[in-house]
Amino acid sequence: MPETKLTQDLGTFSVLYRILARDIKVALRRQSDVTAVFFFFIIASSLFPLGSGADPKLLSTMAPSVLWVTALLSCMLSLSRMYSSDYADGTLEQIMLSNQPTVLIVLMKILAHWVLSGLPLVFVAPFIGLQFNLSSAELQILAVSLLMGTLALSLIGSIGAALTLGIRGTGVLIAILVLPLYIPVLVFGAGAVNAVSIGMSPNGALTLLGAVLAMALVFAPLASAAALKIALE
Amino acid sequence: MGFLANNHGLTAENLVGVRGERLLFEKLNFELSNGTVLYLQGANGTGKTTLLRTICGLSKPYAGIVKWCGEDINSLAEEYFKHVLYIGHLPGIKEDLTALENLKFSLALSGKAISVNQATEVLNMLGLAKGLNLPTRMLSQGQKRRVVLARLWLQELPLWVLDEPFTALDVNATSLLKQKIEAFANEGGIVVMTTHQEVTLNVPKFEQLRLDA
Repeated sequence: MPETKLTQDLGTFSVLYRILARDIKVALRRQSDVTAVFFFFIIASSLFPLGSGADPKLLSTMAPSVLWVTALLSCMLSLSRMYSSDYADGTLEQIMLSNQPTVLIVLMKILAHWVLSGLPLVFVAPFIGLQFNLSSAELQILAVSLLMGTLALSLIGSIGAALTLGIRGTGVLIAILVLPLYIPVLVFGAGAVNAVSIGMSPNGALTLLGAVLAMALVFAPLASAAALKIALE
Repeated sequence: MGFLANNHGLTAENLVGVRGERLLFEKLNFELSNGTVLYLQGANGTGKTTLLRTICGLSKPYAGIVKWCGEDINSLAEEYFKHVLYIGHLPGIKEDLTALENLKFSLALSGKAISVNQATEVLNMLGLAKGLNLPTRMLSQGQKRRVVLARLWLQELPLWVLDEPFTALDVNATSLLKQKIEAFANEGGIVVMTTHQEVTLNVPKFEQLRLDA
């Protein structure tokens, strides 16, 4: 039996970083899950120009809402997986028994979800926006609003994912729980782009989106952590 | 092992365990000090796992208190988790990660970093030399179990809560694990465990608790 040597202590920050890194690493080993969300967004949003004819004015009018609604649905697609695999293989128990505050760990898991399913949309959305005849000013605001908005979607969605943990057939249930909570994000996110298209400043809508994000950042990890504790009991 | 030098104590006071509508155990009292192995016995469904989960703080008891060094574990929360190593019947490892990655992550969760050499040494000793860089889903049931148990050799925590640690292990691994538990208790560690195998442990204080429905 080898003599155990003293292990090196890790600070809170490095533990949290490792949790984030592990989630991303696991997801990258199962690329199909991540790429499915990404391609769903591209395909679903590309169907609209195909189905609604070639009127450039109509396309650019409906672009913000179409892109935002598809982004919202793609983010929701992967929500049920946020905690379920960790729950099934027991890593969630181990995570809850970590000596770090559960709220911070949950925040890391949400960030990982965002990096994998929200952030890619921010980069690809401007290119899809081109199909809708959006101006460069609109495309910029679209990217900015998605950058803030998708993080808010992951945060709010985490509550739904945590609440439905351990229940069978969670997909639809999560949608019913989470979609109403997504409304403010959709309104202000699409609203910012709409504002630019009619020549107004998007700052008002973006500020409100920021407020929603800030609130979600504070409350969503708390609510999710509480829900996870209940799920594990 | 320095982390076992302090005096530790785990106490249960009037614990009541309920699962759904069913009463599993009531008025359970025990006091475990350094070097004690508590061996929980009982048929399937008598509440062994519930009791273990209560002891490590995953489930709240229906009534009663679990205390660590005289303080309620509920109020200690993360402070208590710094002392507990729980191995349940769920593996708690990711099938897509290798044994090495899983082990490093398990340790990171308890705030420790280990070198690749250290981790490799332990995994080799447990007979996993060939599977080190394979995703654990490629390993057999017993090998996965060894990956899970490797934490016992590296995580320096004074209280072990083990749910059926001997399941799926072969003769070799069983004796390694037995020796490890004995060494740990002899140095002052506290173990609470269940098992359906007959094991005799040569430890300072061996207590048995039978749960009956």
